[in-house]
Amino acid sequence: MTFLLAILVGVLYTAGIYMILRRSLVKVIIGLIFLGHAANLLIFTIGRVTKGFPAFVPADGTKLVEPFADPLPQALILTAIVIGFGVQAFAIVLFKRAYQTVGTDDLDEMKSTDELKEDK
Amino acid sequence: MNLIIVLPIIVPLLFAVSMLFFWKNVRVHKILNVIASIFSLVVAGLLLSDVNSSGILSLQVGSWRAPFGISLVADLLASIMVLITAVIGLATSIYSLGSMDEQREKFLYYPLLQFLLMGINGAFLTGDIFNLYVWFEVMLISSFVLLALGGKREQLEGAIKYVTLNLVSSAIFLAAVGILYGIVGTLNMADIARKIPLVEHKELVTVVSFLFMVAFGIKAAVFPLFFWLPASYHTPPIAVSAIFAGLLTKVGVYALIRVFTLIFVQDTNFTHTVLLVIAGFTMLTGVLGAASQNDMRKILSFHIISQIGYMIMGLALFSPLAIAGAIFYIIHHIIVKTNLFLVSGVVDKMKGSFELKKIGGLYKYYPLLGLLFLIPALSLAGIPPLSGFWAKFVVIKAGLELNQMFIVVVALIVGLLTLFSMTKIWNEAFWKNDPRGNENILDDSFSSVSISKKVLIFSPIIVLALITIIIGLNAEPFINIANNAAAQLLNPNEYITKVLGL
Repeated sequence: MTFLLAILVGVLYTAGIYMILRRSLVKVIIGLIFLGHAANLLIFTIGRVTKGFPAFVPADGTKLVEPFADPLPQALILTAIVIGFGVQAFAIVLFKRAYQTVGTDDLDEMKSTDELKEDK
Repeated sequence: MNLIIVLPIIVPLLFAVSMLFFWKNVRVHKILNVIASIFSLVVAGLLLSDVNSSGILSLQVGSWRAPFGISLVADLLASIMVLITAVIGLATSIYSLGSMDEQREKFLYYPLLQFLLMGINGAFLTGDIFNLYVWFEVMLISSFVLLALGGKREQLEGAIKYVTLNLVSSAIFLAAVGILYGIVGTLNMADIARKIPLVEHKELVTVVSFLFMVAFGIKAAVFPLFFWLPASYHTPPIAVSAIFAGLLTKVGVYALIRVFTLIFVQDTNFTHTVLLVIAGFTMLTGVLGAASQNDMRKILSFHIISQIGYMIMGLALFSPLAIAGAIFYIIHHIIVKTNLFLVSGVVDKMKGSFELKKIGGLYKYYPLLGLLFLIPALSLAGIPPLSGFWAKFVVIKAGLELNQMFIVVVALIVGLLTLFSMTKIWNEAFWKNDPRGNENILDDSFSSVSISKKVLIFSPIIVLALITIIIGLNAEPFINIANNAAAQLLNPNEYITKVLGL
C-alpha cells in the first residue's frame, strides 16, 4: 500500500509540474491542484499507513498498541485540503476573469507587465 | 498569562469582522480601519516593551501543553516585526484614505487590509511550523484579493504570476513540513530545534532544509525565484503596492531567519554558504534589473529584490553582528521602501504617469516633494547619516570581520548601483524639464484634490521620512535592540525553555 502511494505521489508531482509548465491557463490550474494533492498524499504517507488499526487507546489499556497510524498528519491534511480548496477556487475565478479580460488563455501573451515599455 | 501575544492577531480580526457588519457603509470602514491600526500600534508597542524587559514570552493556546498544542511565541525579532507591521499598517491606512478609489473601497478594501495584517502578525508570532503555513495562507489569500481587486488587465496578469508561484511555494512548504514531521515527530519549532540534533541521518535534515529554503525563498523573492515580484508588485494601486513592498517579502525573510537560526543549524558550512551565494546573486540581479527599467514603480520593485540580498547576506554570514545587521536592515528597509512607493504614488497623482520619460520638472514647482523623495532614496542607497548607511555598514562590517571579501565587494558595488538608479529617478522625474511643456506642472486630478486629502496623503510620507532620519541620526538604540534580538536568535536555549516550559 505504501509502495502504491509512493508511486502515486511521484506521478502527481510529475504531472503537476508538467501541467504548470504548459502555456494554457486551464492546465496551470490543473497542475496546481495536482501539486496540492501530491503534498497532501505525501504527508498522509509519512503518517504511516495501517489497515484496521484505528489510533484509539483500547478500553483496558493506557497506551496505543502498535501498529497504529499517526493521526496528526491526517489532521494536518484536513487543514491543508480546506485551505487548498479555498485557494484553488479563488485561482480558478481569477484565471477565468483574466481570460475574459485579456481575451486569451495563452500565458505567453500575458506578458505586458514584464515588458520594458517602449518609447511612444 | 501572556495574553498580550494574542492581541496583534485578535485586534485586526475583530475590527475586520466588525467592518463586515457595515458592508455597504464605506465611511464606517474608513473610521474602523484607522482605529484598528492605531490599536495595533499600541498593542505592538506594549508587546515589544514587555519582551524587551522580561524576555521571550510564550502562550500555549487553549492551555494545551507545549509540544502538543499550538504555541504563540514573541521573542525580540518577532515583536520588532509586529511593531514595524503596525507602523506600516497605520501609514498605509491613512494614505489609503486620501488615495483609494471608491470602487475598491466598496469591494471591502479595508477589511482585506486588516485581514492581511492579521496574517502577517500571525506568521511572526506563531511558534508552530504548521501554523506558520496556515498564517502564510491567510496572508496570501488576502494579498491575492488585494492585488486583483479592480480587475484591470495588468493587475490580472500580474496576479496570475503571483498566485501561481505562491501556490507552488505553499505546496513545497507543506511537503517540507510533512517530511520534517516525519523525521522529528513534532511540529513545535522549539521542540524541533531540541530534537533535530538527535536525528541519525543528518543529510536528510539538510535535504529538508533545502525544501524550506526554496519555499521561503520564493516568498522572499531571492535569486533565482524572484520573477513573480517585478511582474506583479507594480500593478495594484499604490497603497497596496506599498504595503506589499514593505511587508510581504519580509515575512519570507523572517521565516528564513527563523528556521535557519533555530532549526537548521547542524550543517551551517553547507546551508549558509548556499545562502551566501544566493544573497550575492540576489543583490546583483535585482539592482541590474532595476537599472534597465524606466518605470518608477518597476525600478522600486526590482530594488526590493536587491535589498533582500543584503538581509540574506546577514543571515548567511551567521555571526552575531551579521544577524543583527540583517534585522536592522529589515527595520530600515520596510520603512524606506514603503515610503518610496508612497512618494511614487504622489508623483503619479501629479503627473499622471510613472513613466520616467513622460514626466519631469517636479522639483522646480514642488521642492518639498523632491526632499521627501530624496530622504528615503538616499537612505536606500546607503548615504550617511540616514538609516540605510548604518544598515549597510553593519552588514558589511560583519562580512569584513569574517573575511568574506567577495560578498563585501558585491555589496559595495550594489550600493553604488542603487545610488545610480535612485539618481536616475531623481534626474528624470524631478530635475529635468517636463517633456510635455512647462505649463503641465500639476495634473488637473491633483490640483482638484481637496486639502484634507492632501494632508492624508502627505502625513504618512513625512512621518516615515522622519523615522528614517531618526534611525539614521540616533542609530544606537536600534542597533542595540537588533543586537539583543540577534543574541536571542543565536542562543536558542532561552527560546526552547520558554516555549516548552522546561
